[in-house]
Amino acid sequence: MSADPFLHAMERLLAHYCTPSFVRSVEGGGAVAVLRDEVAGSGFADLLVPESRGGGGLSRADVGPVLFACARHLLPLPLDATMMVRAVNASTPEGFVAIAPHATILEDGAIECRGVPDAATADWVLAAFEQEAVLLPVVAAESRSPLAGGPIVADLRWRSLPRAAVGVPGNHDWFAAGAMLMAARIAGAMDHVLAVTLAHAADRRQFGKPLAQFQAIQQQLAVMAEEVAAARMAASLGFGGEGMLPDALQAAVAKARTSEAVPSVASIAHAVHGAIGIAAEFDLQLFTRRLHAWRLAFGSEGHWHGRIGRMLLADGAPVLDAVVRRVVR
Amino acid sequence: MIDALAPATIPATDEALRHEVRAFLREHLRDRPLEARARSWMGFDAEFSRALAARGWVGLTLPVEYGGGGRSPFARFVLIEELLAAGAPVGAHWIADRQSGPLLLKYGTEAQKRFHLPRICRAESFFCIGMSEPQSGSDLASVRTRAERDGDGWRLSGQKLWTTHAPRSHFMIALVRTSGTPDDRQRGLSQVIVDLAAPGVTIRPILDLAGDAHFSEVFFDDVQLGPDAIVGQEGEGWAQVTAELAFERSGPERIYSSLVLFDAWLDHLRAVPFPDESSIALAGRIASHLAVLRAMSLAVTAKLVAGESPVVEAALVKDLGTTLEQFIPTAVADVLGAHPDREIDPSLLRALAYVTHVAPSFSLRGGTREILRGMIARGLGLR
Repeated sequence: MSADPFLHAMERLLAHYCTPSFVRSVEGGGAVAVLRDEVAGSGFADLLVPESRGGGGLSRADVGPVLFACARHLLPLPLDATMMVRAVNASTPEGFVAIAPHATILEDGAIECRGVPDAATADWVLAAFEQEAVLLPVVAAESRSPLAGGPIVADLRWRSLPRAAVGVPGNHDWFAAGAMLMAARIAGAMDHVLAVTLAHAADRRQFGKPLAQFQAIQQQLAVMAEEVAAARMAASLGFGGEGMLPDALQAAVAKARTSEAVPSVASIAHAVHGAIGIAAEFDLQLFTRRLHAWRLAFGSEGHWHGRIGRMLLADGAPVLDAVVRRVVR
Repeated sequence: MIDALAPATIPATDEALRHEVRAFLREHLRDRPLEARARSWMGFDAEFSRALAARGWVGLTLPVEYGGGGRSPFARFVLIEELLAAGAPVGAHWIADRQSGPLLLKYGTEAQKRFHLPRICRAESFFCIGMSEPQSGSDLASVRTRAERDGDGWRLSGQKLWTTHAPRSHFMIALVRTSGTPDDRQRGLSQVIVDLAAPGVTIRPILDLAGDAHFSEVFFDDVQLGPDAIVGQEGEGWAQVTAELAFERSGPERIYSSLVLFDAWLDHLRAVPFPDESSIALAGRIASHLAVLRAMSLAVTAKLVAGESPVVEAALVKDLGTTLEQFIPTAVADVLGAHPDREIDPSLLRALAYVTHVAPSFSLRGGTREILRGMIARGLGLR
């Protein structure tokens, strides 16, 4: 089945409901219900679910453009994670699911998940342990945001395993899955950041001409476009391969390269925008703060460089065989 | 805006070439030392080029009727990737294979194609490119070398500089002025084929900082050219050169120039009992960049296959690629030097020194980094 109709439907929905002011209001604790009901009611959460189970039957590669579009609008819902968990786990309850990058059981039996993206708008959090994973109801958790200025990610804590918890069978690499989804978010959001930065450079005049006509600005924007293109390709690689969950090495490269692009893309965007980019009321910060948060979520480039490096060294083959041609098939 | 590059897959028939190329390279490069392999596509070995040609691997994408392999750019991608990964000395046929051949195919007369292409494919004719001059570097449109009408033909005078492999090439395709003055800029420029054995051609090799003499200065002192010396249209040299440079910028050679050094360093690291975390992370970082760049380069190849001319995309991939090529020796030197007590194989150090020293050329040859970024800015609608 083609993803195009879904992409167009999603873009219409996002343009109508998921405006920067709406994202801003959700970040400030406002209701997400309007957008949430629209997204839930449109069946997007089941796009990856096989047709035999009544889903959309799309592949991960098919939904890539849909997720890039969500990221361009900073969709404040974990639709991406929900899609993936529902595809893998037939008995996923209704509602939005966020994946926890990290889950620990404390000595007193409490369960702690740190740095969970979109915990504030999720109904469930998937907490992965050594051999199993479990869906924990967010309503039963104590939550606090570790980031000042908005609940992009949050830490959650359950005093004990809640009765409503639902087991997710199978030994899956949910950390790699989350990393791949964050890579797609980074690439999508960067795409928008580049577009608004180019528009600002064309619009803003200093010394009697648009910023875009200064060679120093042009060269920086060229570098930014390169990084955005590399991030987009890296994220696309994360959508490659068969199966509902990404290949660990493809996810590793996707997250490493997109995360590495974040500091330069964000800093060039702000440099070109000047002081207004720092202003709270200007939308750029909605994007760049998320880029920085998503860079850290599910392992920064430093984490994945180490993992890729260890894989590469353990494999005796040259880099093209050990890593590169396995990622780019 | 620049459209996103879509991931592309190498067709199985083209991928199948890899196995044959590897077997060939195992046989032919067995005793080639690391520092020779680290020279990548600057290595020159006419005998190797002819052995490759005997397998049909020079002019792989040129049509069969002109002696070529008639294969797709994806097949060439596989071939080039294996040659570069192995550090094969491809310099002798390199320019003819990737630039002059495709240029002649696109713009040449039937007679030019019949004469030159089969010789290129047999690795009998090696080509060099005459672009830079003493006063014309990045500002290529300011070239002063002139071809004046002389009877049926042309009389060439002037000077080219930094011409790679001119002393060992048979022909040069030069960008010269055929009308007007340097003030006319892009107007009045043409591409001409020059037989480097012709009277009046003087070639002086220039030693580079690594002790190699791959580039040179070439003087034209009233060199007589035939009526068929022009490639393509007289006065259209600028447009043709721009198209030619799209070939130059789109290949894996703009990603892999430091690959032999990187693999040699990996082998060194694998032999270390407890490699440090910064070295491991560096290996992973470079591998992640290589993977993404390869995907981008393949996406550009797919555009060439589709008949597009992805000039801006190629510039973008080349700038990212040469940045990584230059990062590799810099970063490897740092992690190697971080353990002064550890023994390092002298051949690895020699390869590192070579790549470090020539690395500045990676973002000069075929268009400087600043020129490429200017092209990208134009693609973004900024100029």
